Order: sequence, then C-alpha cells, then structure tokens
Amino acid sequence: MQKYSLFSLIKNAFSNHQNWEVAWKDPTPKSEYDVVIIGGGGHGLATAYYLAKEHNIRNVAIIEKGWIGGGNVGRNTTIIRSNFMYDANARFNEFGMDLWRNLSQELNFNVMFSPRGIINLAHSDAQMNAYARRGNSMRLNGIDAKLLDRDDIKKLIPMADFTDEVRFPIFGGLMQPSAGTARHDAVAWGYARQADDMGVDIIQHCEVTGFDVVNGKIKGIRTSRGDIKAKKVGLCVAGSTNILAEKLNMTLPIETHVLQACVSEPVKPLLDGVVTFGAGHFYISQSDKGEMVMGGDLDGYNSYAQRGNLPTIQHVLTGGLALFPFLSRLKILRTWGGIMDMSMDGSPIIDKTHIEGLYLNCGWCYGGFKSTPVSGWTFAHTIAQDQVHELNSELRLNRFSTGHLLDEKGLGTKTWIG
Amino acid sequence: MLYIKCPYCGLRAQKEFSYGGDATVKRPNINEEVTSEDWDNFVYMRKSPRGKHVELWQHIAGCRQWIKVQRDTATHEIFQTAKVTEEIR
Repeated sequence: MQKYSLFSLIKNAFSNHQNWEVAWKDPTPKSEYDVVIIGGGGHGLATAYYLAKEHNIRNVAIIEKGWIGGGNVGRNTTIIRSNFMYDANARFNEFGMDLWRNLSQELNFNVMFSPRGIINLAHSDAQMNAYARRGNSMRLNGIDAKLLDRDDIKKLIPMADFTDEVRFPIFGGLMQPSAGTARHDAVAWGYARQADDMGVDIIQHCEVTGFDVVNGKIKGIRTSRGDIKAKKVGLCVAGSTNILAEKLNMTLPIETHVLQACVSEPVKPLLDGVVTFGAGHFYISQSDKGEMVMGGDLDGYNSYAQRGNLPTIQHVLTGGLALFPFLSRLKILRTWGGIMDMSMDGSPIIDKTHIEGLYLNCGWCYGGFKSTPVSGWTFAHTIAQDQVHELNSELRLNRFSTGHLLDEKGLGTKTWIG
Repeated sequence: MLYIKCPYCGLRAQKEFSYGGDATVKRPNINEEVTSEDWDNFVYMRKSPRGKHVELWQHIAGCRQWIKVQRDTATHEIFQTAKVTEEIR
C-alpha cells in the first residue's frame, strides 16, 4: 500500500494527482468467509480492521447496503468524549480515547482528532451538584474532569448570554478538556483503506436479505448479490438493527428513531470547544471549516426516514438562541437526519447472541461516533474469541432481563424523551 | 410537520401531540403471576418495524386524550387514527 506522507503528496503533484492508488478495492463477493460483518459504517469497518490487525483473521467481508461513509458515520456531529459516570461506560470510552489519540498515526490517515474540550453547562445548584458527582466519578476512572464556575465559563465562552434576564442563567459547568472532535469521513476512509490492505473485502451496494441458521448455528447470509457462507457473522447496522433482527426472529430492546443535526454558514473561529446547553436540547461546536455544527434531540417518534421534520430543528435552535444570541445572525446551510438504534437504557450492546456464531453490536443511541474505535476493538475481540472482553462485559444483551441496566441518564425506557 | 387527525378534535399539527410509543405492547394482567420474560417483553422488547406501526399519541395541547395512530415509519404517512379503545386493522 502506498504510504500517505508529505513526500508522496509532492511526488504525486508532478503527475497532477492522477496516479494515486485506489484507497480500497471493489471486489466481487467470494462464496465463503471466516467472518462476515454486516454494515460498512464506522463500527463495521473498525471491527474488520481490528479482526485483521489484532486477531489475524483476514478472510473477512464487510457487506454494506449503501456506500462507505453514507450512513451515520457521515451524519454525526463528530464529538468524541468519555465523560460518563458509570464505571462500565467510563472505562469503555476512556479506552476508546486512547485509541483515538493514536489513530491518525496508526491508520496513516489524518482523522483530524482535535481534543478541544467539551463543556456541559449547568443552570441550577442541583445540576452543579450532579456534575460534581459525575466529575468525581470520572476522575476515579482516570478521566480528566474540571468543575467550572460561572466566571470560568465566562472566560471560555464570553459570547454566551450572561445577562440577568435569561430564563436559564449559567451557574457553571463540567468540562472534559481531553474530549474533542474528529473528521468523521476520514475515520471511515482510514479504517476502510487499512482493512482493505490487510485482505478484508469491502462489498458495497449489497443488501442482506436473509440468514441461514441451521440447528441454532449461523451458516451464512443471503444477499442481493448471492449467498455467502460464513463461520461467524457480526451485525453492526445501527438504525437497521430491528430490520435484520426480524429476519432472525429476534426481538431486541431497541427502537429506531431519527435524529437531526444542522450546520450554519461558515464564520471566523469563535468557539474552540464543544458546548452543551444543560437546560434545553442543544449542543454546538465549530468545525475547522468554520461552520457552527448543531444538534439536539430526536424527532420523538419511531422513524426509519433519514430525514426529520422542521418542528424539531426549530425547537433545537430556539434553545441555541437562548444560549448564544449571536446565532440569530447566521444562516442555516443544511440540515439532515440519521436513524439511531435507541437502546432502552441509553447504553450500547456488544454481545454474543443465542444463535451460535452470530454477534450483535447495536444500541448506540446518540453517541456511536465517539466509540467507533473501541466498539470495533471490543467487537472484534468478542467475535474472534467467541467471548466478551472485560471492557464490554457489562454491555450485554441480558442486562435488561437481569436488571443490570446502564441508565446513564436515568430516563427509563422512553427513548424518545432524550 | 406531521398532521394527525385526532378522533375527538379533527386534523391538528403534530406539535400539539406527545408521543407514547408502540401501541401493540400489552401489559401483563394484573394480580397474576408474571414471568420475568413476560415482564422483559413488556418493558423493554420492541419490534420497531420499518413500515406500518400502530402507536400511541396524546393530544396534550388539545383534548388531552390518548389516541392510536397507524403510521409508516419510513415515509411518515399516517393511514388511520382511532380512539384508544378502538382497534386498528
């Protein structure tokens, strides 16, 4: 594989950049693989990459209905963080932070990981107490956390509304300085390129239509491009999880909902980190291009449409204007939606299933992107070793029936409330 | 914006309504032995189909009644609405 570097860039400039190798091939599916990963999103690509790299399993195919980078990996708001209170989520995502820090070097692809910090704003004394508790929990798990008071926040985001008339005055906030953002497309492309180089077949425009299960054991899958035998199959399909589960006669603690985001026209740098509005459904960061990247909450009803409705955008931006009045001067450039696999406790599932050789990776809710590397890493381990890793030992499917929920937000099963 | 025909008030905008989830989920009978599997199915397990979905909505900024809506989860088209005591087929 051609190494990307300053020298290769200069060398290719002489041939007008016409002679770059393709980043990944377009193979026809073979009749049999050791492992088939369904879903060529960030998590699927990362899983295939770590299967090849960490477990030397290279006879692997990724089956993708659309194209690489066309799903949630290209639709998220690129936030990376590990500011979780529960041990299982904190340990899992902090391991992921370590993978992020080295990802550009490891993939020889600039994923533009930028640890610019995230601030969760607090608007009451009770919220400050809750954040102090969460911050202490994070620090006990080795994650950096800083409790900020109103003056600290004023220094960091002076353009927020600090006047006396506001409905939700800023009391302070919790900051994770090591959190940040990355270029989401680059993450997909970087993993795809390396996985392809190690022998993984990335098969795009190929829809899974059924499964061959014999005596409780997976034998293969049926696709729009023919049957493929497989010793092991991993499901990594986010919002389409329920559709495939139905073909397997499985019912899961997952509902699919649409989540929207939007960006403004690009402006000069004014916000260097990520800020979440603790009183409404709104968060914001500024991309390297200068666009204000904003998101909020689910549209609030089951949906498989990769687009939402305007009332939710209006609701989100109303919260945005309350926090940052300057936003009223900006035009919205575009809005879009992605479909989320909302688990019933808000935490993901990476586990084996009752079908031998079938593995499940789903339930990412609002935060799949940040976990892309660690999800792939632990899912690859689960598939290769046929057992969960310590890191995903609490992210199991049976936690709902045993009552060991990871309800980080404490919202119960009403996933649409947010 | 979705427009939902409330069986009591007529066609109203979605923002008058609050979503209540899958209407086909049945609570286990009261005062009977409930297995943990039944309880699990009631509380957590959802089919979440792509296509026709019968769901509960509450007309919270109107008559405050709970209603049933049959809606396509891929196109958002609404086919039928009914009182909560009525069946949708």
